Amino acid sequence: MWRYTLRRLIQGVITVWFIATATFVAMHTVPGDPLAADKAVSEEIRANLEAKYGLDKPIGQQYLVYMGNLARGDFGISFVQKNREVNDIISEHFPVSATLGILAIVFAALGGVLWGALTALYRNKLPDIVIMFLVILGISVPSFVFAALGQLALVNVNNLIGISLLPVAGWGTVWHMLVPSLVLGLGTMAYLTRLMRSSMLEIINSDYVRTAKAKGLPPTRIFTRHQLRNAILPVVTVLGPAIAAITTGGFVVELVFAIPGLGRYFVQAVQQLDYTVIMGTTVFYGAFLVFMVILVDLLYGWIDPRVRLE
Amino acid sequence: VSVTANTDKDFTRSAGRQLALFAVLAVAGVVLLMMALSWASSLTGTGAGLTGGVDPRTGTVTLVLSEEPPQLNSTLATDQVSGMVLGHVMEGLLRYDENNRLAPGVAERWEVNGTEATFWLRDNARWSDGAPVTAHDFVFAWQTAIDPRNASEYGFILYSIRNAEAINQGELPVSELGVEALDDRTLHVRLERPVAFFDKLVAFTTYYPIREDFYRATRGRYGADAHTLLYNGPFVMTRWVHGAHVRMEKNPNYWNQDRVQINVLDFPYMTQDANAHLNLFKDGRTAYTTLTEENLNEALVRRWHLHRFMDGSVFYIDMNFREGRPTANWNLRRALQLALDPEELVYRVIKLPGYLPGESLFPTWLQGVDAPFRQEYPAPTATPDVQQARRHLELARRELGRIPPLVLLTGDNPLSNKQAEYYQETLKSTLGLEIRIDKQIFKQRLAKMTSGEFDLVLAGWGPDFDDPLTFGDLYASWNLNNRGRYSNPELDNWVRFAQDATDPRERADAFGEIQRILFEDVVNLPNYERGIVYVVDPRLEGLVRRVVGPDPDFSNVRIVEADG
Repeated sequence: MWRYTLRRLIQGVITVWFIATATFVAMHTVPGDPLAADKAVSEEIRANLEAKYGLDKPIGQQYLVYMGNLARGDFGISFVQKNREVNDIISEHFPVSATLGILAIVFAALGGVLWGALTALYRNKLPDIVIMFLVILGISVPSFVFAALGQLALVNVNNLIGISLLPVAGWGTVWHMLVPSLVLGLGTMAYLTRLMRSSMLEIINSDYVRTAKAKGLPPTRIFTRHQLRNAILPVVTVLGPAIAAITTGGFVVELVFAIPGLGRYFVQAVQQLDYTVIMGTTVFYGAFLVFMVILVDLLYGWIDPRVRLE
Repeated sequence: VSVTANTDKDFTRSAGRQLALFAVLAVAGVVLLMMALSWASSLTGTGAGLTGGVDPRTGTVTLVLSEEPPQLNSTLATDQVSGMVLGHVMEGLLRYDENNRLAPGVAERWEVNGTEATFWLRDNARWSDGAPVTAHDFVFAWQTAIDPRNASEYGFILYSIRNAEAINQGELPVSELGVEALDDRTLHVRLERPVAFFDKLVAFTTYYPIREDFYRATRGRYGADAHTLLYNGPFVMTRWVHGAHVRMEKNPNYWNQDRVQINVLDFPYMTQDANAHLNLFKDGRTAYTTLTEENLNEALVRRWHLHRFMDGSVFYIDMNFREGRPTANWNLRRALQLALDPEELVYRVIKLPGYLPGESLFPTWLQGVDAPFRQEYPAPTATPDVQQARRHLELARRELGRIPPLVLLTGDNPLSNKQAEYYQETLKSTLGLEIRIDKQIFKQRLAKMTSGEFDLVLAGWGPDFDDPLTFGDLYASWNLNNRGRYSNPELDNWVRFAQDATDPRERADAFGEIQRILFEDVVNLPNYERGIVYVVDPRLEGLVRRVVGPDPDFSNVRIVEADG
């Protein structure tokens, strides 16, 4: 078990190195001048800016310097916020994205499992039809539509009852999180519902469930121990990447609800060619994703004894 | 069969009950989790949503910031949001008052005399830590701004001070800058040449004071956080959560206490999303919002009182005059001028409220000698004339041979897209000209503009100071912002003349000549002057809009009881 974990971690580090290198190459191939500004600057100023960010060195050397700094955990200074370190940007804004993401994924996972089990239990009956219709809606409507609609609905509800029931935007209390995290988790919830439903249906007809019923086990025990626990496995598998996707994919939701998350920096850095922030956020999110996948693999072994690896 | 059906039903029922139990547990778990997260987020939170847009009880005005200020080091700030925030917490030697007239700031009186300028500082101007603002603080700030190692994009705005340009190019040490503190309260400036508008320049952000000991103590993080900035303006920043919240409170050390009527200016929201701004306004969370075209109807239905404001920027098509470019040909440029109609563009295509069809590089707000410049010197304009345009195009064909498709460089945003497609369609249908649209992100558009990879480019210019020269020198052959490399000795002469002359009439004449040359030589094709439509909470009075300087300016606002 420990050897397996160690091996996976080493693989993970190599993957992150690869991500960093690929991003570095891609970023420098993207056309555009990161130092360009509305007002043209003189040669002297430009040279000073290039020296400040190390862009005056040949690209190979830039890469080596960058990797050296990366190994020490130093991402450098932002090109846009000229006196702010990328490390500060990540450490200040990732917790916000993570909070939002955790809540969204909890909504998505709990909702997905419960709705999925419910639809499987009442398949082809009214609850199944209604929920599956909503699921299709949830999968096909993009989150920016839900975000805009969600906010508009809040405004209208607040206007209707005359007091602010829930805040329309901003961050700070649990009430600020409720709607944005629901909106953020909706797509994943719909996806997980469908996954859970098909996986439940498969298991309901499996031999061991029939055996358990024939043995005369109590229905609650069959349902939780034999059906739910087995059906949940595929959900757990996709949960890792889903967590990463949700915490990184919150750009629009963060924009609409004025949430100070990292997603905004992640997207805007690319638009502004903010080299250090692009590298910092990409490598950080890359490492985060890799770590989540490893974690889920380990978790998988704990839930399903058959895949416990030695 | 019936037995199986029954057990199945039983199974479903008890499993359903089990599921309901799980659901209850899940909800309970979520509630617990949210309580934990709530505690955790109070550490990163903004305190948003606690007050309304206008709170008469605490004297608080709540607003939305469209984006995070990149940093608040006044020597480095370039963008509008930073300028707005800095304008509330800092004060220069002079400032603009609520009628947009030049007023005393830290300096109580001043004298600009040829190449010499002297400012006498008031004795009650204080930093937020109580120490007096001295002439040395201005010397230090200006030397920092011009220091090439500081690499400020706005260094050029100090170029009228003696030796500034040479220092900025690294040819002289910063100590050679022509500014000197005769004593703590007298600042003496030597200029490179007489500058008619130097008093207006010192109101600009880059000219704000910085205290040396404080600056050094921040170790390169000056203006990065609320506590690494020292204030001398009407407000102090008490909170700055990056990307989330800026809070300003009345500065008890500010010399002009009467000017500030409210206690708190709070910006607990930061987002660029225009609909979010509107929704927050509808919910009474913010006292101010701009409106987009889509939102205008709703504003009318709700009977809001709409305000209109021209923000002072002009937008136009720039042309490439580099050798070998078809746009270097006058007949081709003239054909484009005759074929395009800014009025159609603004009223039929853009349809944004408050926009004005462009007629000149010099926008309507600029002052001439006794009246607005554009009244004293009406811009020559071309009446759209397709026949005439075709004739010029024919001449151009004769001179150039075949005209290749023209590359129209644009930014990647909805407004630019609309415009570019309009030009493509119009020029195709009227002149049969092929236009190839080159859509690029901001940084790449700038890179291509600088390297000259375009024939036409959608560009714009906003004023830096309140004088026609802020537009007038744009096409001087030495100006780095003249990205099409237009070069005309006659225009250069007029620009030099306007830079050196101090007589208002002679200068205005020079700008009139520049305006004429720009039209006759078809140096650019004006598109529009930008307008803004906005709404303000009716309980708020005294909001000041500025073309030059911090905009919108909330430092003079008062909270009044709404009537009805």
